[in-house]
Amino acid sequence: MDIKMYIGLAVALFCIGIVGVLTRRNAIIIFMCIELMLNAVNLLLVAFSKMHAASAVGAANPSVVSDAQVFVFFIMVVAAAEVSVGLAIIVMMYRNTHSIDVNFLNRLKN
Amino acid sequence: MNNVLQIVWLIPLLPLVGFLVNGLGRNHLSKAMSGLIGSGVILASFIISFFVFLQVLNGHMQVLHYFDFINIAALKIGFDFQVDQLSSLFLLIITGVGFLIHVYSTSYMHEETAPHFARYFAFLNLFVFSMLLLVLGANYVIMFIGWEGVGLCSYLLIGYWFKNQDYTKAAKKAFIMNRIGDLGFLLAVFWFISKTGSVDYHTVFANVGKLTTTDITGITLLLFVGATGKSAQLPLYTWLPDAMAGPTPVSALIHAATMVTAGIYMIARSNVLFSMAPLTQCVIAIIGLATALLAATIALKQNDIKKVLAYSTVSQLGYMFLALGVGAYTGAVFHVMTHAFFKALMFLGAGSVIHAMGGEQDMRNMGGLKKYMPITQLTFLLGCFAIAGMPPFSGFFSKDEILAAAYASNATTGPILWAVGVITAFMTAYYMFRLYAMTFRGNFRGTHDQQHHLHESPAAITIPLIILAVLAVIGGWIGIPEIFVHGGHRLEAFLAPVFEPSAKIAAAHGHEHLSHSTEYILMAISVIGALIALTFAWKKFSNYTASNKEETGMGKVLSNKWYVDELYDKVIVNPLNSVAKYFNNVFEKKGVDGLVNGVGKAVNYSSRQIRLLQNGQVSTYVFLMVLGILVLFIIQLFL
Repeated sequence: MDIKMYIGLAVALFCIGIVGVLTRRNAIIIFMCIELMLNAVNLLLVAFSKMHAASAVGAANPSVVSDAQVFVFFIMVVAAAEVSVGLAIIVMMYRNTHSIDVNFLNRLKN
Repeated sequence: MNNVLQIVWLIPLLPLVGFLVNGLGRNHLSKAMSGLIGSGVILASFIISFFVFLQVLNGHMQVLHYFDFINIAALKIGFDFQVDQLSSLFLLIITGVGFLIHVYSTSYMHEETAPHFARYFAFLNLFVFSMLLLVLGANYVIMFIGWEGVGLCSYLLIGYWFKNQDYTKAAKKAFIMNRIGDLGFLLAVFWFISKTGSVDYHTVFANVGKLTTTDITGITLLLFVGATGKSAQLPLYTWLPDAMAGPTPVSALIHAATMVTAGIYMIARSNVLFSMAPLTQCVIAIIGLATALLAATIALKQNDIKKVLAYSTVSQLGYMFLALGVGAYTGAVFHVMTHAFFKALMFLGAGSVIHAMGGEQDMRNMGGLKKYMPITQLTFLLGCFAIAGMPPFSGFFSKDEILAAAYASNATTGPILWAVGVITAFMTAYYMFRLYAMTFRGNFRGTHDQQHHLHESPAAITIPLIILAVLAVIGGWIGIPEIFVHGGHRLEAFLAPVFEPSAKIAAAHGHEHLSHSTEYILMAISVIGALIALTFAWKKFSNYTASNKEETGMGKVLSNKWYVDELYDKVIVNPLNSVAKYFNNVFEKKGVDGLVNGVGKAVNYSSRQIRLLQNGQVSTYVFLMVLGILVLFIIQLFL
């Protein structure tokens, strides 16, 4: 299929993720949106690797095909680590303020 | 004593050392010590100057180079001393009269506390140092260092009793007027450098032929402006009467004997330039004569003893400039010497009187002091005869030489100059004997307490008076004119090498010589006229009774000094003050301060606005983070 479709989908997912991070109040929803952004990027990387496999660049230079797919694994690892840390922070936040509304975290004011 | 010229550098150095010791140690030295140090260094300088003078008398002159002062591109100014007839003569006058005044001051200033006493001697020594530098310099820059130094010391010493506002104002006035003149001097020096590439006397005078007439006239006029400020001529003379606010020995040293003669020294030194600029000489003669006349008229009506002497000084300086203006350089230097003697004598005598009267300076409250202060009275009388130009006192010879030279200078204008000069001489005799009669003769007009306090002054005061009186009497005998004794004018013979170049120019222009009979007649007129004026004043003021009626008409104008100070205030001082006030209020307060404070205010405002970003909301921070990434992204892609 046309690569433009994949790019469009990935961009759409990324933008939804950003808007979600900016506007949601619930910390866990914000995390889900971050994951959404990461996965959009993963999607894009895999699509490009498939595109290169079918073209002349791929025939001449085989590593170009599999580089992106290997990178996707790295991103997934990073996402996992980040989630673990982030959820730990949310738990601490709940313990201190008994809520997971990020608008209550305004101790840095003034 | 062949090598005494090698230690010429000690002559100014010793007073400088005295200044440093007295100045830095003023909180630790006793009054006796500071007086001893202050006077001792001047005595040492005088002894060395005397031997230097003997050397020069034997024909040894020298230019001594000490070190390179300024060395820029082609301009080389060395720290050089020139020892010749003119400078050695001035050295003697400065250190000799200076020493006597230092000794006098140890007694006159004895009421001061020790630190202030030491401060006085420190400043006095600094002054002598600067003046010595001025006369010893071998180029205009060293002279200028001394020139500025004496102006500074004049300010410091006039404002010696600094707690009095009027005195400090007088000190400021003196300094500012001096500085106006100094601008002219500096411009002349720059002109020298641009046209001849050097400021050494030797080089400049040798290259005089290369300068155009406009150059020479311009340079000499500018130098004369400098002399006007320093030597109190029209229009920059008003500081001198106000300078009487300083202690009397200061008035004697600075404003009678030495600093005010710096202008005359400078012109005498540059005689070659002035002889080649007849226009400037005309200007000098006219201004000198006008000053002499003006000051003499003012002195006729002054009641403060020191003010009369101050105006008398201005008037006598006018005579010296008249002499310079007609080319009688020897006459001017001769009058400098005799004037130093009798004017210092009279100032010191006035100080003795003021001391005995407990600080009173108004002559209307004095009188009959003759029987209480015999030595002061006698020495003062001798000084009065000298300044009135009575033979055989010193003033007669020097003043007569000037008047004769004025008469001979030009067939048509010469006699006019002479006539005005003679009238001024009559006025001089009149006001000096008015002063003498009002102070020493008649009945005492002061309070009973003052009368009890009257006594002759101690030896430290009377001995300098006696020495100066002797000098005032015999000082003129080194300059006896040709018509009395052939070859009697030893001063002229002594100074001839210094004034030789201008003498050649004058001879080339065909200066007339007076016939003997004319000279006798001129002399007789001035002496007889002065005698008449003197006797008239003696008779009129011997039994002076103070009257409280206000001066009217001409008397009022004269006693108000022709309202010159008021004129200057209205025309120069007040407009300048308002301009300064305008600049202060508009530029300084609104402009510069506004700018500097505005920067502060702007920083405050912007920081307050930026602080609002920190609202503690996490979502805001995330939003800003995203914005930042977006901006980086765009920059990366498109720029």
